[in-house]
Amino acid sequence: MNLKLQKILPQLVTVLVVVLVFGFFTYNAQINMENRGIDFGYGFLSQESSFDVQFSLIEYDGSHSYFRAYLVGLLNTILVSVIGIIFATILGVIVGVARLSPNYLINQFAAFYVEFFRNIPLLLQIFFWYFAALRALPLPQDADPILGVFFLTIKGLYVPAFIWENLNVFLYSIVAAIIAIVVIRIHARKVQETEGKQLPVFWISLGLIFILPLLSFLMGGVGLSFEIPKLKQLATTSFIYEGGVSLPPELIALTLSLALYTATFIAECVRAGIQGVGKGQKEAAASIGLNPNQVLKLVVMPQALRIIIPPTTNQYLNLTKNSSLAAAIAYPDLVLVFAGTALMQTGKAIEIVSITMLTYLSLSISISILMNWYNKKIAIKEK
Amino acid sequence: MFKYLKQLTSLVAMVAVLFAFTTETMAAKKSKTLKNTQKKGFVRCGVSQGLPGFSNADAAGNWTGIDVDVCRAVAAAVLGDANKVKFTPLSAKERFTALTSGEIDILSRNTTWTLSRDADIGLTFVGVNFYDGQGFMVRKSSGITSTSQFKDGISACTNIGTTTELNMRDFFNSKGISYEPVAFEKADEVVAAYDAGRCDTYTTDKSGLAAQRTKMSNPDEHIVLPETVSKEPLGPVVRQGDSVWEDIVRWSLNAMIEAEEYGITSANADSMKTSDNPAVKRLVGAEGELGAAFGLDNEWSLRIIKQVGNYGESYKRNIADTGILPDRGPNELWTKGGILYVPPAR
Repeated sequence: MNLKLQKILPQLVTVLVVVLVFGFFTYNAQINMENRGIDFGYGFLSQESSFDVQFSLIEYDGSHSYFRAYLVGLLNTILVSVIGIIFATILGVIVGVARLSPNYLINQFAAFYVEFFRNIPLLLQIFFWYFAALRALPLPQDADPILGVFFLTIKGLYVPAFIWENLNVFLYSIVAAIIAIVVIRIHARKVQETEGKQLPVFWISLGLIFILPLLSFLMGGVGLSFEIPKLKQLATTSFIYEGGVSLPPELIALTLSLALYTATFIAECVRAGIQGVGKGQKEAAASIGLNPNQVLKLVVMPQALRIIIPPTTNQYLNLTKNSSLAAAIAYPDLVLVFAGTALMQTGKAIEIVSITMLTYLSLSISISILMNWYNKKIAIKEK
Repeated sequence: MFKYLKQLTSLVAMVAVLFAFTTETMAAKKSKTLKNTQKKGFVRCGVSQGLPGFSNADAAGNWTGIDVDVCRAVAAAVLGDANKVKFTPLSAKERFTALTSGEIDILSRNTTWTLSRDADIGLTFVGVNFYDGQGFMVRKSSGITSTSQFKDGISACTNIGTTTELNMRDFFNSKGISYEPVAFEKADEVVAAYDAGRCDTYTTDKSGLAAQRTKMSNPDEHIVLPETVSKEPLGPVVRQGDSVWEDIVRWSLNAMIEAEEYGITSANADSMKTSDNPAVKRLVGAEGELGAAFGLDNEWSLRIIKQVGNYGESYKRNIADTGILPDRGPNELWTKGGILYVPPAR
């Protein structure tokens, strides 16, 4: 009995202390807010926000509510995180593999890239891409078109917009292609298991994903045209592009710096993962007659991934959290729109900061759960 | 002796209660913020991160500006030395939290007085030390000379967390113009982005535009458009709930303005003690007991005038002579065609 108490007591005390500390801060905040006549409440979320946001994925203007402004910020944060994660992963894998390349020039270049971008503070890099690189871009009227249709200017990147006819038919054709590929893969597996024959699954899949949508163009009445951005004069020396899609320079600078920075860490994870697979594994695989491609795909990568995934998850989380540095360069993310403008206009500091913290926590936990699920999926399954 | 114990105790209790009441009223005169300030020996003042003419630090870290002078006036009044101020530079986003959380005691940072700020978030505006309005700056080369030439698709750089952001929407909406708002957290970043050509126009309070123009790589390339699209009365702010401190800050500012009205300057303040005008004599502490009302001595306003100067001197030193806004416009005394009008100190 005494021993049990000894075990539980320290934990009880810890819990008590934590509760008391939190309780004290809550109480203190309540008293202070009461003294200063500040109301606490989340009612402001439904009020009209009356400020505009530069860039939004959903329809929004100042006549919408603060809650809508919160969604705008949240979606912008998710957007920059998702794009950043995709680019960082692609670049990270390439650089990580390149660091192991037998080619001296390639591996040294990769090593230089990693050391350079990893060791400069991210905020500085964001400032560099936004203020230094942006300043070097031409004004809209001086921009030379890239491939005739893209315009990279100080006011952003203007790309042609797709104008679809019968878009749904095209989407159906893609869905059909994907279903067909899945069916063929299952079938190919069965054939391999029963007859030991390998079907050229890759080429069949590639063909399907191209041919079916192509057919939809030829026979399904799908049409695609492009709306190319056109220069419009606002004043003597002031121009913009109209039509097409414009990507604000803030988004480009932020994604670029986040991807370049995080890719260095992912590259190191990838290198560690590949190096972590025993040499004997590759040799054994080669000795049973697998070609180098199969060695990488069937033997090395499945084992390397187990080492790569957990630290890479951390990098994804870091990238998402680092995206809050957006506020420095006017990219309207959650921190700028909600914990910035909305906080200022309402003065609801405690409410807004708590919502923002909770949101980042939820985002991070979601990424964690997703990556843990993937990690479990590829882990060694004891049979 | 024991017979009277009960009566004696009640008598003592009675006296104690009376005594408690007197000390209570004495303490009420002395505000908590005032007491803390006197104990610390300096006034804690929140200012901007650098707005020439309003609050700006030089290379040696000396703060100057008309917003800075309000805090210096309070320091002269309550501590006797205008230099006993600790300045905290704050972004637009941080300013109110810094004040309500007690990090600073006066916020004097070109802050617009609005109903929601005054009533909703635990603040009290004590007065107006600069009447301003929102304007637009454009590049001269753009050929734009009026906001009526703005067209759909114009991009406008500004600060987040300001009334500017709201006015901008009201303005463009009323004109039916679609625009791209590009909002930064720090003023320096707004200027840098506008200067680089990211935006067609830069919008904030006109005084701010005039001050920031001096920071551009080539100030002559930019003009401030003539239109004023909003009312922006800028003034010092205090925390809600300490009305004595609120009065001290309010009347420190008022004393500066009234001193100008009566022609009392830092140079002639002492000689004004023998003036024939009782209003002047009250202001330099030679008559009446004005300071006692907020627990200060009678020379509080004399020290303000001697150490900081009257409002006109402060304006000339910080805004006119630095070439930011040589013309006082609405910030002239009511007796000279402006709208500066303060209640009498009596």
